[in-house]
Amino acid sequence: MSLLRKIRETGRVAEDAPPRPAGDPPPGAAELAGSAHVRCIDAGSCNGCEIEIAAAFGPVYDAERYGARLVASPRHADVALVTGAVTRNMAEPLRRTVAAMPRPRLVVAVGDCAIGCGEFAGGHGVEGAAGDVVPVDLQVPGCPPEPERIVAALRVVTGR
Amino acid sequence: MNGTMTATGTAAVTLQVALVAAGAPLLAGLMRQVRALLEGRVGPGVTQPWRDLRKLLRKEAVTPAGTGSAFRLGPLVLVATTAVVAALVPLASTATPVSGSADLILVVALLALGTVALALAGLDTGTAFGGMGASREMTVAALVEPTILLAVFALSIPAGSTNLSAIVSGGIHDPVRLASPAGLLSTAALAVAVLAETGRLPVDNPATHLELTMVHEAMVLEYAGPDLALVELGSQMRLTVLLGLLASLSAPWGIATTASPAALVLALVLLALKVALLGAALAAAEVFWAKLRLFRVPELLAGSFLLALLAVTASYFLTGE
Repeated sequence: MSLLRKIRETGRVAEDAPPRPAGDPPPGAAELAGSAHVRCIDAGSCNGCEIEIAAAFGPVYDAERYGARLVASPRHADVALVTGAVTRNMAEPLRRTVAAMPRPRLVVAVGDCAIGCGEFAGGHGVEGAAGDVVPVDLQVPGCPPEPERIVAALRVVTGR
Repeated sequence: MNGTMTATGTAAVTLQVALVAAGAPLLAGLMRQVRALLEGRVGPGVTQPWRDLRKLLRKEAVTPAGTGSAFRLGPLVLVATTAVVAALVPLASTATPVSGSADLILVVALLALGTVALALAGLDTGTAFGGMGASREMTVAALVEPTILLAVFALSIPAGSTNLSAIVSGGIHDPVRLASPAGLLSTAALAVAVLAETGRLPVDNPATHLELTMVHEAMVLEYAGPDLALVELGSQMRLTVLLGLLASLSAPWGIATTASPAALVLALVLLALKVALLGAALAAAEVFWAKLRLFRVPELLAGSFLLALLAVTASYFLTGE
């Protein structure tokens, strides 16, 4: 019963929702109408962005309250969160994962590496940025981006 | 049977199926919301599963290469069998035109048909996880279906019939049966069987992302768009129907036994309340549970089978016939 006491003492952890982010929703986002299922694709990241994505879906930032949810299969997903500079070995899996998602589908490049290869630009194993491999609809800059910015990008997609 | 009785009975069946279909996503939303609040989150709101379904229906349907009719028909069979079960089971009224067919064995067979259809669909995709999920689902189903049958058999001995409407109306008119050792044991056995059948903790984790721990989710990894919407609606309806059946068998108060419209409305409201309460209690309990290791699931289900067997024995010896 110590867990019950902990639940009662802790209460609500989630921070108050910030005002809705400005910005035009990318094409196709309107059809999602308040629900976005998200699949994360690590295309060669240092895992910094993954930690921030995990925080965005954790209790404090609670991205789920805006209708975004992490799912286990690209077939279930509407949004692909691509992190990291795309390595040669991950270029084809990334293409296939995005191709497996049913339309309308959106690709969000999370972090400086996914947007422009960041620290790893010109590396011998790097194929390019996420935009060089698959069409990217939204960008979340930062190294790593703060959870607020990831949540804001997801809110632009869900419109909530 | 005169005209008004048949009309009220037909209305009861229609409203019961409509309530289950419309309420199932709300029940799923309520359960997620309860979990979110206990975890300190805000949660997406009770109507989020309906938003998810609306979006999935608008999305493109994907037929993976190499899949055949089992994959395409699986979701339809799942929803259809569950809708028939929702019509048969006496959730709101025991006096309906189909209550004569609400046989226990038929209901369990229809549930098994839905499970098998989805397992075949999982095999049809030809992926490693689809086959693994199907194999696990059949293992669990083979242990669960006998438990459901046996648990309700214990209740059917005092009623003298395997007809669910007869069992439920017997419970309403003779409440002592519900508190008898047989009644309590079979309720406990049925509760564990419902958890396993609907893929809830501690048998299966509905929120898992780790393919190796999946049971239900592994079978449906390849579904997309409208097919996925049907699969999700089908599983949510199964949970609603089975929780409703559990409520009808263990706490049948309020279920209409006559063809009066006022009693029917009261029964529908009470049904929604009872299922919402059971769902919220289950969601709250799940916060405290961890998923059982797969090889220990048979132990849990064997335990519930034993409870059902004890219920049948107690029912046989204690009714004194």
